[in-house]
Amino acid sequence: MKTVFKKPESLTDAQFHYCPGCTHGIIHRLIAECVDEMNIRESTIGICPVGCSVLAYDYFNFDMLEAAHGRAPAIAAAIKRLLPDRTLFTYQGDGDLASIGMGEILHASVRGEKICVFFINNTVYGMTGGQMAPTTLLGQVTTTSPYGRSKDNEGYPAKMAEILAQNEGSAYICRTAVNDPPNVMKTKKAIKKALQTQAKGLGFSMVEILSTCPTNWGLNPLDSMKWLEDNMIPYYPLGELKVKEDR
Amino acid sequence: MEKVLMKGNEALAEGALIAGCRGFFGYPITPSSEIAEYMARKLPGLGGVFVQAESELAAINMVYGGSSTGTRVMTASSGPGISLKQEGISFIAEAELPCLIVNVSRGGPGLGGIQPSQADYFQATRGGGHGDYRVIVLAPSGTQEMMDYTIEAFDLADRYRTPVMIMAEGTLGNIMEPIIVRDPVEKFYDKPWAITGCKGRKPNIVNTLHLASDFLEERNRILQAKYKLIEQNEKRAETFLTDDADVIVVAFGLMARIVKKAVMEARKNGVKAGLIRPITLWPFPDEHFKKVAETARMVLSVEISMGQMVEDIRLSVNGRVPVEFYGRIGFTPNPEEITQQLLLLAEREGF
Ligand SMILES: Cc1ncc(C[n+]2csc(CCOP(=O)(O)OP(=O)(O)O)c2C)c(N)n1
Ligand code: SF4
Ligand SMILES: [Mg+2]
Repeated sequence: MKTVFKKPESLTDAQFHYCPGCTHGIIHRLIAECVDEMNIRESTIGICPVGCSVLAYDYFNFDMLEAAHGRAPAIAAAIKRLLPDRTLFTYQGDGDLASIGMGEILHASVRGEKICVFFINNTVYGMTGGQMAPTTLLGQVTTTSPYGRSKDNEGYPAKMAEILAQNEGSAYICRTAVNDPPNVMKTKKAIKKALQTQAKGLGFSMVEILSTCPTNWGLNPLDSMKWLEDNMIPYYPLGELKVKEDR
Repeated sequence: MEKVLMKGNEALAEGALIAGCRGFFGYPITPSSEIAEYMARKLPGLGGVFVQAESELAAINMVYGGSSTGTRVMTASSGPGISLKQEGISFIAEAELPCLIVNVSRGGPGLGGIQPSQADYFQATRGGGHGDYRVIVLAPSGTQEMMDYTIEAFDLADRYRTPVMIMAEGTLGNIMEPIIVRDPVEKFYDKPWAITGCKGRKPNIVNTLHLASDFLEERNRILQAKYKLIEQNEKRAETFLTDDADVIVVAFGLMARIVKKAVMEARKNGVKAGLIRPITLWPFPDEHFKKVAETARMVLSVEISMGQMVEDIRLSVNGRVPVEFYGRIGFTPNPEEITQQLLLLAEREGF
């Protein structure tokens, strides 16, 4: 019998703890499929963040390290430099990467660290109960922007892909979304391209993935997808922002 | 054996290389920067990794990552930088990763000044960051020990899977003394926990999150058992003329060498003084105080701070002998002023 669908070897049998309709699970699977397809499971090391995906070390079936809040890129960079033939990635939320870890992510890109960053932008702090993130949209109500984010008080949402694409050290920067099957497939392609960028030693790579947090948005899973399409994609345009082909 | 003239910070850095340290992650700060500069020059040629991090926060997290590969790694800094590293040190302690953290210390609080200081004693010996943990703290007193204790620190770190700190007042980092450069000693530590890619084995996880109450408590009990073992095995101090002493001076680091001079000077003046020099600041060598608590009439703690180690001395003698304090900050007490203190004490107490 021909197998047409199976769980990637790069995922363990542990059950995801994510809320119904959360997109963290989809992205875990995409990363696992890419690692399997590139046959690099045994040389891959992942760094999980502080955020809803803090338990990702239970889900990925390869060596994992759990970082302090925002520090994953510094950790990944050190490991990559000491073990240059391994594949290193960080998996980070928007609070983790764009707020407390802004220094670490920016300088990993400035130095051109040969690591992959998978950046899950769901516009809120999921784990702590839906507080405002640097990526929260203007007007968006969160528990710490109860009157809606205003440009005068909280400032404009941070466009991390655009910021990091400016650095010479960044070799591949792409923004995708996981709101529908075509975009899920594009996200997988981007993840693979990021991993290939690292394999070629071209430099730093990041895929910013627009994601949902139905629980803290107060929407059902389907409406969350629609909210992402209507509100996030217009402000955070999808596509490749930086592609270096050679060193 | 031929001696070489070396600066304290460079002797420490060379000691790290002799111990097989192959990763240095740091951020410049006076009076520690020569360590980073030395490593930046030497590590690439040895196949090692040197990274000037964007901050001490990043640097200590690079140490976290670096150590998790099983490589011997370190960082060095001073006061404000060591404060920033505390988050990472707490994680490293709980993840049970070996590494060396060097504090070539300067005066605080705040930005303070670059004068030599011992005022980070509490921070170093109480853990420093959040949670119930300790780090082994070694206090060298000269350039030779800057090298020797560094070599030893890496062994202690690997043996107990724990961060080890070297605390040296800024002077120690910057004075030059002739020293014997040690030969490397190959010691093998098996590191089956290292994060290297899971080829041929089950995946390894380096983690400090324990959501279940019973597991969190269990983890803490495991750490405490390790700290007990360290307390049993590793307390170290140097004693000098303590047997017949009426007054015991306690000092660590370079300060202890200065005190030694004052002790001899006081004896010339008829005051029987002695010295206890803690070498491990944690675990504190409380056992070395058992005997003197019975025989001495007074203990004097001399520190380049407003009085921190004095609390550990009081805990060690547990009320059996009075403990006084003399300290300065911004200045290092000189032999004459300590001698003066000893003569005054002797006159006041009538010994
Ligand atoms: C130093 C520190 N500050 C704050 C926290 C609390 N905290 C845990 S997760 C989190 C936000 C995570 O949000 P995000 O990175 O967007 O991830 P998400 O949960 O949305 O996937 C915060 C602030 C912490 N664990 N450590
Ligand atoms: S809180 Fe939000 S981000 Fe976290 S698991 Fe639930 S839906 Fe996902
Ligand atoms: Mg988030």
